[in-house]
Amino acid sequence: MTRSITVTINGITQTHEVEPRLLLIHFLRETLSLTGSHVGCETSICGTCTVEVNGKAIKSCSMFAVQANGANILTVEGLAEAGGKLHAVQEAFWNEHGLQCGFCTPGMLMITKQIIERNPDPTDTEIREGLDGNLCRCTGYQHIVNAVRSAAKVMRA
Amino acid sequence: MATTTTPTTTKTEKYVGQRLRRREDPRFITGTATYVEDIKLPGAYYAGMVRSPHGAAKIRSIDVSKALARPGVIAVYTGQDTKNVGGVICGADLPGLRKPHHYILAVDRVYFPGHPVAVVVATDKYIAADAADDIEVDYEVTQAVTHPEKALAPGAPAVHPEWPDNTAFVFHQVGGDPDKAFAEAEVIVKQRITSQRLVANPMETRGVVADWRAADRTLHIHTSTQIPHLARTLLSIMLGLEENRVHLVAPMVGGGFGCKLNVYAEEAIVAFVSMKLNKPVKWIETRRENFMTTIQGRGHVDYYELAAKKDGTVTGIKLKLIQDLGAYHQLLTPAIPTLSVLMMPGLYNVRNIKAEVVGVFTNCVPTDAYRGAGRPEATHGIERMMDILAAELKMDPAELRRKNFVGKDQFPFATATGLNYDSGDYAATLDKAMQISDYAGLRKQQVEARKQGRLMGIGLSTYGEICAMGPSPATPAGGWESATVRIEPSGKVTVLTGISPHGQGEETTFAQIAADELGVHVDDITVIHGDTAIVQYGIGTFGSRGTAVGGTAVYIALQDLKDKITRWGAMFLNSEDVHFAGGVVTDNKTGQTVALGTIAAAAYRAMKLPPGMDPGLMATKFFEPSNFTYPFGAHIVVSEIDPATGQIEIRRYVAVDDIGNILNPLIVDGQLHGGVAQGLGQALWENAVYDDNGQLITGEFMDYAMPKASTMPWIESAHTCTPSPVNPLGVKGVGEAGTIGSTPAMVNSVVDALSHLGVRHIDMPLTPEKIWKLVSTHAGSQAA
Repeated sequence: MTRSITVTINGITQTHEVEPRLLLIHFLRETLSLTGSHVGCETSICGTCTVEVNGKAIKSCSMFAVQANGANILTVEGLAEAGGKLHAVQEAFWNEHGLQCGFCTPGMLMITKQIIERNPDPTDTEIREGLDGNLCRCTGYQHIVNAVRSAAKVMRA
Repeated sequence: MATTTTPTTTKTEKYVGQRLRRREDPRFITGTATYVEDIKLPGAYYAGMVRSPHGAAKIRSIDVSKALARPGVIAVYTGQDTKNVGGVICGADLPGLRKPHHYILAVDRVYFPGHPVAVVVATDKYIAADAADDIEVDYEVTQAVTHPEKALAPGAPAVHPEWPDNTAFVFHQVGGDPDKAFAEAEVIVKQRITSQRLVANPMETRGVVADWRAADRTLHIHTSTQIPHLARTLLSIMLGLEENRVHLVAPMVGGGFGCKLNVYAEEAIVAFVSMKLNKPVKWIETRRENFMTTIQGRGHVDYYELAAKKDGTVTGIKLKLIQDLGAYHQLLTPAIPTLSVLMMPGLYNVRNIKAEVVGVFTNCVPTDAYRGAGRPEATHGIERMMDILAAELKMDPAELRRKNFVGKDQFPFATATGLNYDSGDYAATLDKAMQISDYAGLRKQQVEARKQGRLMGIGLSTYGEICAMGPSPATPAGGWESATVRIEPSGKVTVLTGISPHGQGEETTFAQIAADELGVHVDDITVIHGDTAIVQYGIGTFGSRGTAVGGTAVYIALQDLKDKITRWGAMFLNSEDVHFAGGVVTDNKTGQTVALGTIAAAAYRAMKLPPGMDPGLMATKFFEPSNFTYPFGAHIVVSEIDPATGQIEIRRYVAVDDIGNILNPLIVDGQLHGGVAQGLGQALWENAVYDDNGQLITGEFMDYAMPKASTMPWIESAHTCTPSPVNPLGVKGVGEAGTIGSTPAMVNSVVDALSHLGVRHIDMPLTPEKIWKLVSTHAGSQAA
């Protein structure tokens, strides 16, 4: 009892047959082999599965693939330009050492993009509040805050 | 043979010491890093575990028929099928240690919630999860015991029926004459101090892909581990395979913090299934499983006594340490509290110590190494006791510490616990932290705040730790580390390290070391780790050992290689008076040079060899450390408590750490920040709570409070530098420092904020509810 869904992922439109209960994160990872987005809890707390659906950052473990029918989805794999030029948020995380084990990083990048798009000049407090739905066990967040601040500066310029 | 003055790439500027951004990062920020769950093998099956919902029960029967009837289910195995597989191995030993056999699947009893009783194999993970729910296990539930002191009480339920006292071991250590010290003491302070169970919670849970290739009789395993070589050795023993037929890879590992310094039942179960079915099999732990079945940290109830003179000189320490072991020994479980004993005196010159450690079985998941492993508990203990003593003597806690520090001219310093502290200047870190925080000014502010009825606290810890694990005789496995440095025919450099970084950044720092030693560009170096088929045997990443032991192995392999390069250069230049620097060998008389690239090509082409030399250009070295290293520091936390809510605001966090030489300040900062976050997590929020029925009631992120961006303070970090004499890099280790220093500083700050109300000690975590209740009950009883 599968259903057909058509989604645009990182600029490419494709149609797939999926089980109605398939989570969006598993659709991305298992069906499409886009393994950049991670599964950290499956309870919508950790944020490692954060992707953009129709321009909004969402936790893809808390959505069924069928609910994304017709949607435009951006994952970490689609952040850099086609030629490989990194997005400002990627460059900032690299420069500021905003990652250690890297497992939370794809989700952190997606939420960072959203924080800055909503508020181009966030204060540190606003950055921290914006990051609260994404857990990182390695960094203590300080370098992530630095990375968001620095990416915002670049994106404002 | 021509000489050349046009080397491929050479560099005279030093990389070591620079804030170099990490060379491993592009794969992570582009989402192309490969973790275990990202590995897809053709035809792979998925495994799902059936786990005990009870803390203690007998298994009457298991009905797997419904699961087997489900389309897509391949097989189900229970403990009856796996009971001949070797048990999970404990690598630690103590006199008289009771070691229960740890079957990979429970056979007739379950001993903790989450204990695996069966494994389901299916064509996809959704079916495996459904089929796991189909399996009906008939349990006869028995009374569980989950608290170590309750487990020691007469008449407590026996976790293992063969040992009714629930005692796995009792370990004693005495240094000096503690009984005399206590008999002659002018002041004695006592306190019960707990260090609650914590969940390591790396963002990546555990996971295994096992692929038995019957035609080759080889087992290929990808597993999320900190110790690929040790895991291969132990799994080959458990599975009865020749070790050279097991190939184990730690791919990218999404955090470990000690919980992946282990070999787990599931690694053997998944391998067993792959061997049974001749198919690749994958298992990825859910977060819920991770909470229930991956080792937890801490789990202490400590009874401390300090003997002192009226002037503040501490003359003796007594400790009764009750360690909650859980139901089994994992790899290092019983050894962890013995590290606490070693660390008992902290940075203080205390000559008389007495410790009794009681290891207690409970119906909980085993405890084992979690960031700091034994040292945070001990540091929390001594640092709390120093504050309690300071309060008793009405001394400033900084002054009391300064009075008892091992002096900077006393190194190497033999402790009463048998360690030999390598180097240090403890007063210098304290001075710097007090200066940065304006400690004197803060104390004045506090007086003002109290007049206004505000609850402001200033807490400090002056911590030490035991790092760079370690000398082999003092460790359960070897404590050495290995490195191979290979100059390829093109002159490019490959470093193979026996450690297994998973966030610590050694692909960068080891490249910095190699680039400096060889005088080449850092981009000419590649660092490889984690694959037992590629890398020579190594020990792994834990115990703040990566750079201090693994980096030193790289360094000494480079010295060996430099000697070879110099001899090749001498042949090229037809001179014995040469030296190697900046990527070229130079004739000291003529100034003629030959570049590393030219030498490398000739070493592999081998038309002519220098006297006594073989073709090729590589060196492998194993470094055996002569001692641990002993980093230290001083952390100061300024807090303010809202009496209406019990909420704690961290106003300032100052950390001054001495970790010896710093190879990459950017990476060091990151390690310290992350360590502080985990230490504050213990102090303020985190708690693995089992109820009396044996249920883990904080078994998800919903119930277990992790540090978040908005709850973490800004960390003001500074350093002093006392190079370690133990290794030629002069490094000490930084992975655990923040975790060890932060917890007592935070708790001391909150107790300080409430001290004028008569509060002397608070057990962690310092939840708002707990603080609010304390403020409410103590209000009006102001002592100050």
